[in-house]
Amino acid sequence: MRQEPAARIALRQSWDDYVLLRLEAPDVAAEARPGQFLMVRVGETLDPLLRRPISLHAREGGSLEIFFQVAGRGTALLAEKEEGETLDILGPLGRGFDLEADFHGRRAVLVGGGRGIAPLFYLGRELRAKGADVKVLYGGRSLRDLPVRDKFAADGLDIACATDDGSFGRPGFVTGLLEAEIARRAPDALFVCGPDPMMRAAAGIAAAGRIPAQISLESLMGCGFGACWGCVKRIVRGDGGRWRKICEDGPVFPAGEILWEGAE
Amino acid sequence: MTPDLSTDLGFLKLRNPILAASGTFGYGLEFTQFMSLAAVGGIVVKGLYYGPREGNPPPRLVETAGGLINAIGLQGVGVEAFAADVLPKLRAAEATVIANVCGADDDEYVRVIEFLDRQEGLAAYELNISCPNVRRNGLCPALRPETTRDLVARCKAASRRPIIAKLSPNVTDIAEIAAAAEAGGADAVSLINTLLSLAIDARTRRPRLANVLGGLSGPAVKPIALRMVYQAAAAVRIPVIGLGGITSGEDAAEFLIAGARAVEVGTANFVDPTATVRIARELSEFCAREGIARSADLVGTLGKGGHGTLAR
Ligand SMILES: Cc1cc2nc3c(=O)[nH]c(=O)nc-3n(C[C@H](O)[C@H](O)[C@H](O)COP(=O)(O)OP(=O)(O)OC[C@H]3O[C@@H](n4cnc5c(N)ncnc54)[C@H](O)[C@@H]3O)c2cc1C
Ligand SMILES: Cc1cc2nc3c(=O)[nH]c(=O)nc-3n(C[C@H](O)[C@H](O)[C@H](O)COP(=O)(O)O)c2cc1C
Ligand code: FES
Repeated sequence: MRQEPAARIALRQSWDDYVLLRLEAPDVAAEARPGQFLMVRVGETLDPLLRRPISLHAREGGSLEIFFQVAGRGTALLAEKEEGETLDILGPLGRGFDLEADFHGRRAVLVGGGRGIAPLFYLGRELRAKGADVKVLYGGRSLRDLPVRDKFAADGLDIACATDDGSFGRPGFVTGLLEAEIARRAPDALFVCGPDPMMRAAAGIAAAGRIPAQISLESLMGCGFGACWGCVKRIVRGDGGRWRKICEDGPVFPAGEILWEGAE
Repeated sequence: MTPDLSTDLGFLKLRNPILAASGTFGYGLEFTQFMSLAAVGGIVVKGLYYGPREGNPPPRLVETAGGLINAIGLQGVGVEAFAADVLPKLRAAEATVIANVCGADDDEYVRVIEFLDRQEGLAAYELNISCPNVRRNGLCPALRPETTRDLVARCKAASRRPIIAKLSPNVTDIAEIAAAAEAGGADAVSLINTLLSLAIDARTRRPRLANVLGGLSGPAVKPIALRMVYQAAAAVRIPVIGLGGITSGEDAAEFLIAGARAVEVGTANFVDPTATVRIARELSEFCAREGIARSADLVGTLGKGGHGTLAR
């Protein structure tokens, strides 16, 4: 992990409130793995104070892409950055997805909801390179919440979409798409990133089908590298559950280790 | 001419007056990938209770205008794991290490000190008598002069090492509390800990922190911290260590001018993991620019109010 105070923005694309930035950061890119994230400074002044966590969306040689949705003040400032400007980033952070297993010939299903699609492009490519048979399920409220759907297809990744309002793909939640996919052909591994209710539902589906699932959690982060203890969630590791740091121990966890908030 | 940043607290000599503040620097090891721990004056490690602690449920953090409210609740590994797993590595990194000592009651503070006294590689204890996040409504010993003096005196009697009492800003008269710490035998006081705060989500009418109340830190608190350091320095003879919202070398200089002999850098470490070394460098640059030979010459040099001329 390292600090890159001036990663140049080589490319910027935007769709409504979604933005993609390509950052020239060869040293950070050299260490990067899917599921890891960056802590990004969104401005030069002391307000907003904290960096924002953003996943690695793609690695293109010495460049890294991030893809984010404007969710508040910080991401709104980030969305104003233009090509040629620089960003102060810290990374790569976190453990990322566990890709140690032999994925050759294995069926991997990647489930992304909204901005949660971000890490799944990098992951999908990496799994394909490991010989996996990759299927991506992408859900959003409406067609306009699926801005990178064509990017997956253009890269040769098999993708199916769902929208809550039925404006594109299968009507309903992406978890419905997942259930249909499992009924068609059981996957060997699931990878999930999205809003908490979606991830929780997907974890339930994975458990019912006895499919190993890896889930990328979000949390409010003060530092991103283990120094503040601000990002914790309940994680069970044969110990009844303890507050563990999402930034350091995660953000990706096996579904079985996560104790969902409000769950009994 | 390179300015001399060496700092003498009487009981402890430091390479420079910049320390890392407790709870914002992990156990130090989280930062070795960014910097040499020996490059700063010292590091105050995260608060230690005797046993491991769970901490508060999330959300534990809220960002506010130029600041951060936290209610971590002192999650930590406890002294035994600290001594076994962390301290040997900090010794190897040649860091000047100050342990931040916590307790649910006075006895626990003493037990932590007695245990740590048997370990090598610690320069001093900073008594965290001022954490607002562990007892109800932010109560802590540093809110009253009597409890401050008595607890400091007990810890001092039990300890073979110097004692720094870390004071709370959530008091009416900081001078009185600082004097009480001195009367109890403290070798120094450090201030400020975080300001008891509340953040509300107006839409849901709920507090933004699960703990309801939290402690405010960061640039937003700097003017309050400076005021309290100034008042405390006027009230005691022991060294004052100043902190609260420091993000630059010039901020550090302001605390020295207000009367602090050394400073601690807290929340800034989250934004810039090399903040401590950068601030030390910037303080040196500031001194060089202003023609100040030794940063210690800045200490307690605040002049009269007004603009323009230098108070010398
Ligand atoms: C490991 C990790 C990876 C992430 N990757 C991406 C990504 O690739 N693309 C993307 O668009 N977003 C990502 N996020 C979420 C992103 O960090 C937040 O949307 C962002 O920090 C919000 O900042 P803001 O200043 O715009 O909003 P704020 O004004 O701070 O908050 C807006 C709203 O979002 C909530 N919120 C703030 N931060 C978070 C958070 N971290 N998790 C959940 N809710 C939050 C707030 O409570 C508030 O309701 C990631 C988060 C984590 C922890
Ligand atoms: C996340 C967090 C955790 C903290 N934990 C401790 C602690 O364990 N012990 C302690 O004495 N102070 C603790 N503090 C207080 C800081 O050491 C410091 O007094 C305060 O944050 C003001 O300095 P700053 O504005 O530079 O951060 C903590 C502060 C923060 C933000
Ligand atoms: S974000 Fe600071 S410890 Fe995880």
